[in-house]
Amino acid sequence: MVPFPKCYKQSSKPSKFCPGCGYGLMFKMLGQVIDELGIQEKTVLGLDIGCSLLAWDYFDFPTTHTHHGRTTATMVGFKLADPSKVVLALMGDGGGYAIGLQNLLHAAIRNNPLTALVLNNTCYAMTGGQLAPTTLEGEITSTTPKGRDLTITGQPFLGPELIRSVAPLNAYVARGSVSQPAILKKYLRTALEKQINDKVFSLVEILSLCPVNWKTDAKGSFDFNLKMQKIFPCKEL
Amino acid sequence: MGNEVAAQAALAAGAEVMFGYPITPTTEVLSTWISLATQHQKKYLQTEDEGAAGFGVVGACLAGKKAFTSTAGPGNVLMQDPLSMAEALRVPFVGLIGQRGGPSTGTVIYSQQETTLTAFGGNGEGYRIVYSPSNLQEIYDLTILAFNNAWLYRFPTFVLFDGYLGKMKGEVNLHNPGILINAKPILEGNVNLRNCFNLEEEIYDLNVRHKKAWQEASSQVSKFEHRPGQTKTLVFAHGIVAAAAKAAGVSLFRSITLWPFPVQDARIVAKKYEKIAIIESSYGQFGRIVKEALFGLELEVQEIYKPALGFTPEEIKEIVK
Repeated sequence: MVPFPKCYKQSSKPSKFCPGCGYGLMFKMLGQVIDELGIQEKTVLGLDIGCSLLAWDYFDFPTTHTHHGRTTATMVGFKLADPSKVVLALMGDGGGYAIGLQNLLHAAIRNNPLTALVLNNTCYAMTGGQLAPTTLEGEITSTTPKGRDLTITGQPFLGPELIRSVAPLNAYVARGSVSQPAILKKYLRTALEKQINDKVFSLVEILSLCPVNWKTDAKGSFDFNLKMQKIFPCKEL
Repeated sequence: MGNEVAAQAALAAGAEVMFGYPITPTTEVLSTWISLATQHQKKYLQTEDEGAAGFGVVGACLAGKKAFTSTAGPGNVLMQDPLSMAEALRVPFVGLIGQRGGPSTGTVIYSQQETTLTAFGGNGEGYRIVYSPSNLQEIYDLTILAFNNAWLYRFPTFVLFDGYLGKMKGEVNLHNPGILINAKPILEGNVNLRNCFNLEEEIYDLNVRHKKAWQEASSQVSKFEHRPGQTKTLVFAHGIVAAAAKAAGVSLFRSITLWPFPVQDARIVAKKYEKIAIIESSYGQFGRIVKEALFGLELEVQEIYKPALGFTPEEIKEIVK
């Protein structure tokens, strides 16, 4: 059995995330990367408001809640004040691509040396599943009861593609999936190494699982994730 | 210029980094700081909006550095989002605010209409220290005091002036600031900070702790000036209006901290008079604070309010003759 990453806060487990949620898979890869890079002592994590806030005591290093969408702006301030830290800004797709997009865009444009992690589960999950920028065509949410109509709400939002178009060439942008954890881990590791070694901005979008709002069983969740990958290609950009 | 003085004071107070977004009438605080930062190896970031500036200040304070921003009017409105977080986490946020006419975009140079917003904005209880300087020297002195008290008591702290004072030129003694309170990291070690709770009892406990700390700080922080003058009416005023009252030679109670308001001192002084006149450049934002503080005293109260308009000494002399 593969042990928990050493940087986990054991006393806060089991975690508060819903059964079947993709956050745990992502955190396991992130935790392993932090362990392998030996950066637990200098890592700081800022959290959005939404499902990500449940990770407020997930790790055994400093973490803070911020405000919804304001994680990037807060952690930009932290990193400017203390460049010796490895700074992570974790948010959902609503936080990153709707309410907080302005902050994410400008951090990327300025090449601020932090790592933004945006978890894509195609909905506002903590509030019960509403239309997000990433909601798939036809997907039923409580604010798209007949399914997402692209003629009204536009196309599913391609965050990494947008960020790639505005960020300097040496910034790192990738999209991985919790259904391909080894590849996701490689992207997370590269993102952190870019922040540490090259002092540039990095973004990793993570395609997740949300069985509670998708109303899927285990197989259905991974089938849904596969469907997402056709809209949101997993690769380094 | 007052805005330049404010930036010089931040430097003297040991500030390390400023986050700002240009807005009249305080833009020169940012541009002056950037010049100073280049000379003194300090940091700055011109952000994409005032919200980002405010959250940048929060992040930098969490990292243990004295950080500040400067804004006005609609920027002060946007700043309430990060300020709410600063209140929750007891972040020593320092804001230098140059009031301009409201509501909305309003006018760009003068008002006293940001008293309520600066002291009580957000969805908390208004545990914020708000200084109101009356002249350029006080912009310097109170800004240094603001940084010290922000880090000593860990409440968001403001120097609330206006565009007239920010743009005014005059002589200022940029003196040695004396003993400075050191900054230290807040988010470090095994600290996991929360501003989102599961239970009503958890957030109630947080409010009780904040209230207790606020009450302890209030008695140490509140500040006023009483100047007996030639009138039997006691004028309550602050900021540049108080400066006009002083020039008019009227009896004056000048609130240097708008919040916490010096309640007991105001009551003791007011009892010596039969009548008070509250004079301010808003429809009673300061007046509400004064009237609550003096509640129960037998006093005739005259209220002279002109939102976004200034007062001359001659006008004040005529009002309270």
